[in-house]
Amino acid sequence: MTTEIAPSAPAAPAGPGTPDPRRGRLGRRGQRAEVGLLSGLGHIALLVWAILVVAPLIWTILASFKSNTEIFLGNPFALPEVFNFSSYARAWSEANVGRYFLNSVLVVTLSTTGTMLFGSMAAYVLARYPFPGNRVIYYLFVSGLAFPVFLALVPLFLVVNNLGLLNTYTGLILVYIAYSLPFTVFFLAAFFKTLPQSVAEAAMIDGASHTRLFFRIMMPMARPGLVSIAIFNIIGQWNQYLLPVALMQGQGADQKWVLTQGIASISTSAGYEADWAALFAALTLSILPMIIVYAIFQRQIQSGLTSGAVK
Amino acid sequence: MRHGRYPFIVGFLAVPVAIYVTFVIGPYAQAFYLATTNWRGVSANPKFIGLENFERLLSDDIFWKAVRHHGVLLLAMPLLTIVLALFFAFMLNVGGGSRGGVMTGVWGSRFYRVVFFFPQVLAVVIVGVIFSRVYAPDDSGLLNGALGLFGLDPVLFMANPDIALWSIIGVLVWQAVGFYVVLFSAGMASVPKDIYEAATIDGAGRSAMFFRITLPLLWDTLQVAWVYLGIAAFDAFAIVQVLSVDQGGPDGATTVLGMEIYRNAFSYSQFGYASAMGVALFFLTITFAALTLRVSRRDTIEL
Repeated sequence: MTTEIAPSAPAAPAGPGTPDPRRGRLGRRGQRAEVGLLSGLGHIALLVWAILVVAPLIWTILASFKSNTEIFLGNPFALPEVFNFSSYARAWSEANVGRYFLNSVLVVTLSTTGTMLFGSMAAYVLARYPFPGNRVIYYLFVSGLAFPVFLALVPLFLVVNNLGLLNTYTGLILVYIAYSLPFTVFFLAAFFKTLPQSVAEAAMIDGASHTRLFFRIMMPMARPGLVSIAIFNIIGQWNQYLLPVALMQGQGADQKWVLTQGIASISTSAGYEADWAALFAALTLSILPMIIVYAIFQRQIQSGLTSGAVK
Repeated sequence: MRHGRYPFIVGFLAVPVAIYVTFVIGPYAQAFYLATTNWRGVSANPKFIGLENFERLLSDDIFWKAVRHHGVLLLAMPLLTIVLALFFAFMLNVGGGSRGGVMTGVWGSRFYRVVFFFPQVLAVVIVGVIFSRVYAPDDSGLLNGALGLFGLDPVLFMANPDIALWSIIGVLVWQAVGFYVVLFSAGMASVPKDIYEAATIDGAGRSAMFFRITLPLLWDTLQVAWVYLGIAAFDAFAIVQVLSVDQGGPDGATTVLGMEIYRNAFSYSQFGYASAMGVALFFLTITFAALTLRVSRRDTIEL
């Protein structure tokens, strides 16, 4: 289970035993020409794509400082005439971005903690304790991976409504946990299986209980797997849109909206109020934390998000 | 060792299984039942109407439009994403040529990889709202503003039904490519160096290396990518809801099943009919996954 994305290793200095790097002289000239052309085109393509990726983001950040007149009449690539922060004040307080942001932080903190706790508990037992029905429960969890969420949307709404949990954080958090469990259990069960049996046996001989063995020995040993899947869940739940939009609606719900819902709604109302600068400020406020977190943890995030696909 | 084993197992499984069955398994099971009722709201009583909802689906233009859009998404999005990502990943890992017998990426590989991946971290909704401004039909939009500088007429990216769906596909590809660059890079990094070394000695150029070595050895990863992107092509709800005109418009030109399920359930309170659409979507997804795994099955090359 290699999830680490190895950067292309820098060329090792040619030691005495290393063969001459310029070997393969046959047809070297033709190869050179091909290499040159391909490299050139490849470089241009890479650069163009990098610009395509970055341009909308930089443009959004620049536009957040502009006045409406500048946004509509000015050159889209121009710097703002004055860096105007008033749009941020409007976005933060009037458009409630601050509140939505904190709501998201609250919900995702609790739901990811719950997902990790319950997911690893279930995965651990299913991976290491054979008992009648073990496989049934395991496949029950894994089967959740095959179903589109849209299939469950209406009944889920009714279930949450019947439990009186519509428009509550409790309901949303429980639903986030429930829908994160299939992948979490699937991934962590595979991980717990790889941990050595001898350590567990030694701990049991020393008189550790099953619970103690799990929290004190197995969890720390499974740390790389737990980190990957935690990142996967944090980003997935932070970006979730369908579930909150279905479960946090109706009167008074807008005070409890998470960030994605809030931004979608601000985008709609910005059209009526023609306050594009505030929309761009709201977008910037939701992009910037992601840029900062990504800049710090990009290696872990890349391996965490791709870990599901790399067997 | 056996002391307290079963209480422990039950204690650890009880809460996760309870949450999971209540909110996931229960609703999935109910969906199939609801699809055969005419339930129209929380208060009204559902009545069993057999397959009537499905008959209605077959003659529903919007449903077929949505299915057709999934077909277009299913062909275009994975293809564009995988071709671009493969090319970029190859340039970033092998494109720099051989140095001391080790294949290296082009200059700046690390930088490109970091930049390309970033959109993946953003919520689809945030990306959708950004692009609703990038695609704005007047000079305030990034693209039309740029076209305006050259004196070109603005393009109605979202309002023109002929290009609206393609504009949405563009955004999905924009966001997805980086993820698959990283995924394919991981696959390429696991190809043993001496294979490339041997190929270099034999005088293989880089296109030969790509088609004869990289591609066959990456087959498993490509298959995973195709399934992932295909499943994403059956979603597209969030992007359509925030980016398209009239949530799936103009005139249904960009609608997808998720959008119609949401609309039927929460705007029209047609719970039964929305569930029937959900069941249809489920069978489409399952069929796709089964077909892909079947068609693309091929002997894995053991290293």
